[in-house]
Amino acid sequence: MEFFPHHKVYDFMKVSRFFIVTTLSLAFISIILFFTHGLSYGIDFAGGTVVQLKYEQTAPMDKIREALAKDKLFSGAIVTEFGSPEEVQIRFASTTEGVTHDVGDIIRSTLKDSGSFDVRKVDIVGPKVGGELRQKGIMAAVLSMIGIMIYVGFRFEWTFAVASIITLLHDVAITTGALILFKVEMSLDVLAAILTLIGYSINDTIIIYDRIREELKSTKDMDLMHVINTSVSKTLSRTILTVLTVFFVVFTLYVFGGEIIHGFSFTMLLGLIIGSYSSIFISAPFLKVLGFSVEGYKNKIALKEKNRLEKAKMRSQYEKGTV
Amino acid sequence: MNNAGKFNYRLVIFLIAIIFGVGMSMPTFLQTQKGAKVSLGLDLQGGLHMVLGVKTDEAIKSKVKSIASSVKFFAQSSDIIIDDLRAIEETISFSLLDKDEEKKIDEMLKTISGLQVNKEALKYTLTLSDKEKDLIKEYALSQAVETIRNRLDQFGLAEPNVAKQGSDKILVELPGVKNAEDEQRARELIAKAAHLQLMAVDEKKQDRSATMSPTEAEQYGDVILSDAKSDHIRYILKEIPILDGSMLTDAKVGFDQMQQPVINFTLNSEGAKIFGDFTAGNVGNRLAIVLDNKVYSAPNIRERIGGGSGQISGGFSVKEAHDVAIALRSGALLAPVTMLEKRSIGPSLGADSIHASLMALISGFALVSGFMLFYYRLAGVVANIALIANLFLLIAIMSLFGATLTLPGMAGIVLTIGMAVDANVIINERIRELLRQGMPITQAIEHGYENAMSAILDSNITSILTSILLYVYGTGPIKGFAISTAIGISVSMLTAILGTHGIYDLLRSRIEKSNHNPIMWFGIKRSH
Repeated sequence: MEFFPHHKVYDFMKVSRFFIVTTLSLAFISIILFFTHGLSYGIDFAGGTVVQLKYEQTAPMDKIREALAKDKLFSGAIVTEFGSPEEVQIRFASTTEGVTHDVGDIIRSTLKDSGSFDVRKVDIVGPKVGGELRQKGIMAAVLSMIGIMIYVGFRFEWTFAVASIITLLHDVAITTGALILFKVEMSLDVLAAILTLIGYSINDTIIIYDRIREELKSTKDMDLMHVINTSVSKTLSRTILTVLTVFFVVFTLYVFGGEIIHGFSFTMLLGLIIGSYSSIFISAPFLKVLGFSVEGYKNKIALKEKNRLEKAKMRSQYEKGTV
Repeated sequence: MNNAGKFNYRLVIFLIAIIFGVGMSMPTFLQTQKGAKVSLGLDLQGGLHMVLGVKTDEAIKSKVKSIASSVKFFAQSSDIIIDDLRAIEETISFSLLDKDEEKKIDEMLKTISGLQVNKEALKYTLTLSDKEKDLIKEYALSQAVETIRNRLDQFGLAEPNVAKQGSDKILVELPGVKNAEDEQRARELIAKAAHLQLMAVDEKKQDRSATMSPTEAEQYGDVILSDAKSDHIRYILKEIPILDGSMLTDAKVGFDQMQQPVINFTLNSEGAKIFGDFTAGNVGNRLAIVLDNKVYSAPNIRERIGGGSGQISGGFSVKEAHDVAIALRSGALLAPVTMLEKRSIGPSLGADSIHASLMALISGFALVSGFMLFYYRLAGVVANIALIANLFLLIAIMSLFGATLTLPGMAGIVLTIGMAVDANVIINERIRELLRQGMPITQAIEHGYENAMSAILDSNITSILTSILLYVYGTGPIKGFAISTAIGISVSMLTAILGTHGIYDLLRSRIEKSNHNPIMWFGIKRSH
């Protein structure tokens, strides 16, 4: 079975200008959204308490809210259904420092008249820890981008490295924008999903870059647009196939993985699509934008080859004892 | 290759890997008693995860107090009269009445390490050097880790994990906690300071216990503590204790004449001597037994008490007495702990998460392998064999490392399925390309693997790079995700590249016999 006619070369470059302009503006809008609206941070990063309860019957939401309203500790508490009508999640900003008697115990005694329930989860993140987790998260994201840039720069060319980082920033920005738009809470899981998508998106990009590199070596073609079109077309079925297989598993995670992992799978699902799209329409065409020159590259390769031969010659002369 | 169609080194490595993978993952799948297993994280089996902060400053204050205590004891036993001995925050002050004794006191103070002595005439001010303070802080942290670990071990919970985190934090993980009551009891045991002090009642001031303010008491060098059973009963006690729990060697639960549970404790020889001397000199006065700043009892001293044993009674339940004895035996916490982070997961939620992620794993596997089969025919079968081997190896390596499987870790495994077949997709697409150019299958396979290699390596290395960063900068469950994806991707290079190649080598004669039928082997018609 085949998805795409194999001999066809699609003219990606023709439409890439439109896509680059459109989605880079989307990314730009996302960045503005980030600074004006901001992400809604979950307790992992903002600090606070989340308690999850499961009642034996349908959860008495009004009773719960009423009981919580009596205690200042729970001011601003958000009570929502969580996955099923029996389950509720209660979230609020305050935390307690005491080890022996914590806010989880207080909630248990506050709600004891609201019905028979089981405390399924209590997460308390103090403000100090939240700040540390946020810092570490940002560190991980920044470092992974720097690491990727160095690696790509080392294996390919600096233009490739810059283009790949712009692609990644584009992906992360748009994903973040979508998280703001869909009001997905930023948690440790969501951060992990974003970092995974960075790794995934660069995967796709590298497969295409690898093909461009190969194409540049083998062809006499001096037209970058044409080389890119050929390379992207040749890797297109691979790109789509891999998106599909990963999409399958992430989709099953989204459907079966349960409420807890929803933030993660939603972000992955989103990032997957953006990552593949950007590899095709941003990362490769951006080489052109950055002024990558086929001729320069070929000259460089030729020079490298010349140097290598020179060295080999010197070595053989040296070994023979003629120098 | 001459031995094509037979066994080859690639296949041998792949087979060894499969045997290793299946063998080493069995303890996990069958949950056998012996053998290295993947353990379930707290989010999957339920339990308590806490990050505690250690108030190391408090350790310095209590160290200062105990220095004051020994100065007092030294002065008394060598008949040196000192006046106005105070330990306020991190400073000790006292004045010496007789100048002739100056030398004796100075020599004694020299024996205390890290002490800075400041003298103005005969008025002494003692503080600790910064280096000493750092040492005390460090010691307080490791002592707290040690103490909490001891307490939890004696409490009898399965596999408690207590570890230092940074310079002032402790990570506590308790997988065995199954309900809220147990959890609270464990937390109480962890946080109990278990600070035992024997203190003298200030008999001259005790009459005024109902009305005196704490600041007034401070002026006399006293503290006011309330009774353990009733806040209304208050005692005025000499601030500097006679001795504390650091001189305790044992604590056991016993029963008094009324069959009420009590805690019997024994002091070491130094403690016994101090205790004996004090009781001998204070017959008729009261001695307060103070635990965590509550007075449990304050009996009259009738005679000198030798032997160095005592009793804490005060209306404990048997459970409480048991926990207090554990806490006393494992020692006091030099510094109080606070809760910085707590994640407590009930076992039912853990079970739900396991169920959900297994569903995702199975259906994800079914979808991906079904798709590979449908799209690539026999090449899909080969890729699926590699995929199954990959899963076994992943579990095997995780068990060997003693890795913990968390919910995000499960997500990582599910994701690995999708990522692992990627290598096969890349290879198969390359092979198809060559087949379309009219190359015979066996040759196309060799070249296909060659052509695909650099792309697979580059992409996998960047993925592993991000996984490593996730591991280093991630916390708790996220580390689990990083581990499973990093191992999964690394293993996929063995199974998806080497393994499948080995299988094709083995099948070489079959491929030739089938007349290089590309639709059967790689799911495409030969063009032209």
